[in-house]
Parts: sequence; C-alpha cells; structure tokens
Amino acid sequence: MSQWNNFSKGFFKENAVFTLLLGMCPTLGVTSSAIDGLGMGLATTFVLVMSNLVVALIKDFIPDKVRIPSFIVVIATFVTIVEMTMQAYVPALFDSLGLFIPLIVVNCLVLGRAEAFASKNNLGSSIVDGLGMGLGFSMALTMLGSIRELLGSGKLFGAIIYPEDYGMLVFVLAPGAFIALGYLIAFINQVKKEA
Amino acid sequence: MAKTESTLKNMVLTLLVITCVAGASLGFMFELTKGPIAAAKAAKQQAAIKEVVPGFDNNPGEEMYLLTSKEGLELKLFPAKKGGNLIGVAIESQTNKGFSGNIKIMIGLKPDGSIINYQVLEHKETPGLGTKMADWFKTNKGNQSIIGKHPKSNNLTVSKDGGEVDAITAATISSRAFLDAVRVAYETYTENQSNQDVASNTSVEEGGKK
Repeated sequence: MSQWNNFSKGFFKENAVFTLLLGMCPTLGVTSSAIDGLGMGLATTFVLVMSNLVVALIKDFIPDKVRIPSFIVVIATFVTIVEMTMQAYVPALFDSLGLFIPLIVVNCLVLGRAEAFASKNNLGSSIVDGLGMGLGFSMALTMLGSIRELLGSGKLFGAIIYPEDYGMLVFVLAPGAFIALGYLIAFINQVKKEA
Repeated sequence: MAKTESTLKNMVLTLLVITCVAGASLGFMFELTKGPIAAAKAAKQQAAIKEVVPGFDNNPGEEMYLLTSKEGLELKLFPAKKGGNLIGVAIESQTNKGFSGNIKIMIGLKPDGSIINYQVLEHKETPGLGTKMADWFKTNKGNQSIIGKHPKSNNLTVSKDGGEVDAITAATISSRAFLDAVRVAYETYTENQSNQDVASNTSVEEGGKK
C-alpha cells in the first residue's frame, strides 16, 4: 500500500467514526460545539501518532502475551501527557472537554490502531497511519460538532449565525448527537455507493 | 529480528521496563507543567475576581481567607481593596443543589452586601438549559438580573417560589441552585461581619471559625 493510500484511508474509506464506528463515547459526548470536537480530535491525533510510533519501535521486544497491557501503558502515558499539557496551556479547552481527556485511554480507536496496524508494520507507515486516522477522526468530530452547534445554538465555531432562540435545543443534548451522527453516516454511505 | 518469547522472565522484565519508563516520563512532564498549571489556575481566579469586583489595586489572591457557611461548606473570600479601603469582596460560593452535581460561582459583593457581578466557575448543568446561568442573571430583561440587588431587601428566589427573580426557562432547578449559592455567599459574609463587629476583632480566624 502506498503511503498516500495509507494516509488517506483514515478520512473516508476507513474513517473511524463514519465507517468503523469506533470511539463513539467522545464522538457523541464532546461534539456539542465545533471547537470542542476539533480540540478532542487533535488531542486524540497526538495520542494516536505517539502511541503508534512507540508501539512500532518496541513491538519486537514485547512478548505476545503481555502485548495489550504494554500498549495500554504506552497509551495511558501519552494521554496523561496531553492532559497535563492542555491543563497548563489551554485551560479553557481543558475545562470544556473535562472528563473526556482521560477517557482517550479507553478509546478503542487508539488501541485498535496500535494492535491492528502499528504492531505489524514499520515505523514510517505506523506514524502515517496514526496521523491519517487521527485527522480523519478530527474531521468527523468537527463536522458533527459544526452541525450540532449550527442547528442547536445558531453558532459556528462560536460566531453567531442566527439568534440562539431559534435553535433546536435537542441538537445540543445527547439525542441530537445520535440523530446528527445517523444522518451523517447515511449521507456518507450514499456518497460511497455512488462513488 | 526475532520476537521475544513469552517466558515469565521476559514478560515481567518487559512490563517492568515499560512501566518504569512511563512513570519516569510522567514525573518529568509533571515537573515541567506544574508551574504553568498553577499559573493558569491563578490567572483564572484573578480574572474571575476582576470581573466580579472591578477596580481593586491589591492582590486578593494573597489576602484570601476561608469562611464556613451554616451548611458546613467552605467558601473562599477575596477582599478587594483600593488604596487600603475595602471596595468589595469576591466570594467563591458553591451549592450541591444543582440539577447534576455541584455549582461553583464567584460572586462580588459591595461591603454593604449588594451584588456587583458574578461569574459561574464550575458546573455540570444541562447544556443549553442550565448553562444559560452564565449570562442569564446578568441580562437586564424582565426580572432576570440580580446585578445591583441586595439579598436583604430583595427576595432573591425564583418567582415560582414567591421570589422576584425570573428563573431560566426550563431550568428552574438550576436557577434555584444558583440563587442558593448566592444566598449562602451573602449570609456567610454578613454573619462573619457581624461577628467581627461584636468582638470588635478583625482577626480573620475568629470570624471564620464561627
């Protein structure tokens, strides 16, 4: 597989949210605004790239039977680093993402890539894979966040598009996340069928 | 390169090395971010104080002291002074009566107890409903605003409970909780003050312990 295919599959063909349906907890939980979705996506991207990198480096030294615990320790370390860094330098974003940052550890997407890709491929491909998957995840979260923010509170990235009073509150709440995600997936499946 | 075999020794060694490296790098990161995290928190606190009692020239964060409310909650009180005179106090108040969990607010009171401004610091209320309290009680519309009111002469409860404040549409519980936090701040502050007057003792500990 060429590196470009390896990178671009994360956006469309194997998009974590739209196709693999991995990482639903942050997808539904933090996408009430576009900026939260983007922040969460980028934090996950960092963890994905770094954990793929480390896993690809150490995969030969790790006995098969302790593979999963080793990967989880690596992932948890990077998540904690992200958490502390965000708390120090972007406290506002940290406040709004809150509990969901530590929960990146249990995002199946991260462990899934470490297990299914990085532990079987070389360093370069693993980094490219992590970057593609992470950015695809960020894109999906930002799209979902934009739709929910626009329909729910009449804003886009915090800029007012129309008065909030006309917004449909349901899109800010959890059920709106399911509805918006469902329509998005239906739409993307339709596009894929035609392509 | 051959894969390491899954013998007990190998497994224990691998996990030991991985956890040690992880622990060491986390300790390093902790040391690195400790300062900035504390600075960010202090800056946030300072900004909140500045918003609720503008115009001070001391450092309220340093002169902060603790009060205990009747309910046993600990409130942080930041005296705001200009040229040595008290122009107001910022009180970090909280309530557990929110729709989901604790609500923490910073409220600015003039020395006589009337409300200057407030800011919501922490909450877990429903997005789009309870979250509106961040601006709702500052907006001068109908009977929403509590700015400039005095908790003693104005009945600061929601109109459903016979008070004179309009609750947030569809978020009466959050509104009640918010006003409860305001009440706690005011009552604790005035009680603390009258204690100080009686004892004619400005010692912080004396007033706070009551």
